[in-house]
Amino acid sequence: MITLTDFLIVSAALFCIGLYMIISKRNAIQILIGIELILNAAILNLVAFGKHDAVNNSGQIFALFAIVLAAATTAVALAIILNVYRKYKTIDPDKINNLKDQ
Amino acid sequence: MSLIRLLFYFMSFIAIASALYAASTQNLVRSIFVFFVTLFALAGLYVLCLADFVAVTQVVIYVGGILVLILFAFMLSGKETLDVMQQQKGKFFSLGKLPAILLAALFFIVMINVVLKADADNLPWVKDSIANNNTITPNTATIDNIGVNLMTRYLLPFEAISVLLLMALVGAAHLSRKEPEA
Repeated sequence: MITLTDFLIVSAALFCIGLYMIISKRNAIQILIGIELILNAAILNLVAFGKHDAVNNSGQIFALFAIVLAAATTAVALAIILNVYRKYKTIDPDKINNLKDQ
Repeated sequence: MSLIRLLFYFMSFIAIASALYAASTQNLVRSIFVFFVTLFALAGLYVLCLADFVAVTQVVIYVGGILVLILFAFMLSGKETLDVMQQQKGKFFSLGKLPAILLAALFFIVMINVVLKADADNLPWVKDSIANNNTITPNTATIDNIGVNLMTRYLLPFEAISVLLLMALVGAAHLSRKEPEA
């Protein structure tokens, strides 16, 4: 059988790849993908532990909630990215250094 | 080595390798499409955790919704996005990325240490649940139980998340409207 530790190690690897993407990428969309990777690592942990809760299903239900939260985050973040692109003509977070009134 | 273990290694290899490729490639479009593969492999891992409903939700919402949304935003933001990507094209391993790699690697070492020390398979509550037959087995039907629990025990978080989703979607629509000429 697959043990819990195996799943935890896979999820730790995914988390670190997501962390690397968030820090090193120069593109807001790729940073968003990094955030999604981290969220997925967390969901994998929830689901792996949820296997041992057959009555209440707490792990699986909160994994569902986390997926819905990720969807909401992405919608808002992409709207913000499009607005930033319209104003600055770039989505490099390093080059966005003004508030609305310059 | 049993078949399920083989499948686990296969799925986790695909997930981690495609995530690494998405992180290392310079091409934004490739990065997005390889992320598809990562999400599918993760759905397979959820099935191996006996969470079939979560796996299906992952495919429907992540692959069908979120990734299409990301592709949409990428195509709306036009050619200059790609130009930004082309400018930093160069060596695979550049010095500017060294701090990020170092931080991620150190984080990984710490997390592996924590996971190995925590010894999740011998936690008291996990042992209790195995002893009391509270563990999901491959022939349990989990979906009815999830539905009943969602409408009874987790009704309040369910409603809260529905209101939050509504707020986020209204906010996204408000943000992406055309601003009137001031």
